Amino acid sequence: MTLDYLYTLITFSNIFIILSLSLNVLIGYAGQVSLGHAAFFGIGAYTSAVLAVKFGLGYGTTLLLSVLIGGFFGFLLGLPSLRVRHDFLVLATIGLNFVVVALFKYIDFFGGPYGIIGLPAAKFFGKELGTGGYALYTAFWVVIVILLMIYIEKIYLRYGFEAIRENEDAAESIGVSVPLFKIYAFTISGALAGLAGNLWAYQMGMVFPDDFSFPVSITILTMVVLGGVGTISGPILGAVLLTFLPELLRFIQDYRLLLYGIIIVIVMMYQPSGLLGRQGILRKAFKR
Amino acid sequence: MLRVIDVSKSFGGLQALKGVSFEVEEGRIHALIGPNGAGKTTMFNIINGFLKPTSGRVEFLGRRISGLPPHRIALMGIARTFQIVRTFPEMSVIENVLAGMGKEIYRSWGVFFKTPWNQENVKKALELLRLCGLEDLKDFAASTLPIGLQRKLEIARALATSPKLLLLDEPASGLNDQETAELAELFRKIRDFGVTILFIEHDMRFTMGVADFVTVLDYGEKIAEGKPKEVSRNPRVIEAYLGTGSEISA
Repeated sequence: MTLDYLYTLITFSNIFIILSLSLNVLIGYAGQVSLGHAAFFGIGAYTSAVLAVKFGLGYGTTLLLSVLIGGFFGFLLGLPSLRVRHDFLVLATIGLNFVVVALFKYIDFFGGPYGIIGLPAAKFFGKELGTGGYALYTAFWVVIVILLMIYIEKIYLRYGFEAIRENEDAAESIGVSVPLFKIYAFTISGALAGLAGNLWAYQMGMVFPDDFSFPVSITILTMVVLGGVGTISGPILGAVLLTFLPELLRFIQDYRLLLYGIIIVIVMMYQPSGLLGRQGILRKAFKR
Repeated sequence: MLRVIDVSKSFGGLQALKGVSFEVEEGRIHALIGPNGAGKTTMFNIINGFLKPTSGRVEFLGRRISGLPPHRIALMGIARTFQIVRTFPEMSVIENVLAGMGKEIYRSWGVFFKTPWNQENVKKALELLRLCGLEDLKDFAASTLPIGLQRKLEIARALATSPKLLLLDEPASGLNDQETAELAELFRKIRDFGVTILFIEHDMRFTMGVADFVTVLDYGEKIAEGKPKEVSRNPRVIEAYLGTGSEISA
């Protein structure tokens, strides 16, 4: 294992930590199940790719716009969630994922099936970062996102989220507008996925539609569920485990989705709150 | 304080409420009673905004509230509990109460900047928990409490919203005799805090003991109202509860 390879894995792991934490806002905090999270990831990545390659915009601008546009599309998906609940919302988010990937594939502006290639390396104060530098840079964003999550857990926002997750009627009865808080959750989640998309696009130097397809959504969901829905440490652990394990156990690669399916089933049966969840084995081990 | 004016509600072909009017006066403990299916919970759901009346309207403190979303009605000062308890099971007892204290903040940008855990809130939350006899359980997850205590927690959470009117849907159901006696005591304390109570109940002994005023519904219509003693002697009420020609004595 070369050092560069390790740095790249760390970068991937960091990006997936951000993705799983952002999905956790939606599922863990607000109780809105989404199976199409890769769509926002892709929207963020394509935003950066289009702006950088086609319009020649600098890194700071593409980063900001990836976050804003990711958040905006989160907001847009939040709107139908006001009308459809639970199982229908799950289906709607899956549908969204397929639609977004199809748009990337079939609209020439987005480069079609070959995607957009040739993103310049991200520059900071006129300097390029190497693989190691970029890993460190993504780690910086992981820290920011973790701090944001710790902050969210302390403010009223989280109480509103928990209220709508636990019981929408009871939430309304204490003055929580259920539609407003769903919109908040989708917007925040979309914006953070947009950030992850930007980091991905500049890491790869190119974007392909299939990098954001439905299996990627399942991967992110598996990370959250395995680690522990609704916690901060859980999604982080899930993202790290599921980024590094398939690399270490190469033979698994081809059977990734099968593995994720099995993981979800086993977790649901034996560790429904996840490894680091309230009743998780790892949480209990740490307490002792 | 609260005026229900000629409210009707139908669900498809079923008419749950037929032109019901009544008034809840400030400072009262007002009971809404009636046999199963009389439309009591439907009435509650209309008052707090979960349902919109098919016709008629509801006014609170002189303003029309029917048609407003429930969180707006909560903001105006109407809080409620539920027939089937709906605490926030994964939050601790005190967090349930703290969550109830944000009605002004939930609609503002304050949700992004303010924490419920300030000294003033915690002090108020502990007072409410003491009032409801839950102080010692403040750090337990709500779901671990037995049903009687969860009902009290729901009341504490509703009171946390600083309501002017409190709607309680069958607060005594599932309680033992001692808990029911404590509940009557709690009702009076709440009233003394200046909170008006409107409650639905099946336990007649409890209702007649604690209520100042009773409104009786049957098959979606108001069939009687008045002081507990007047109502319990009303032949239409007896008929509604026992059926015509029944020989069973109450």
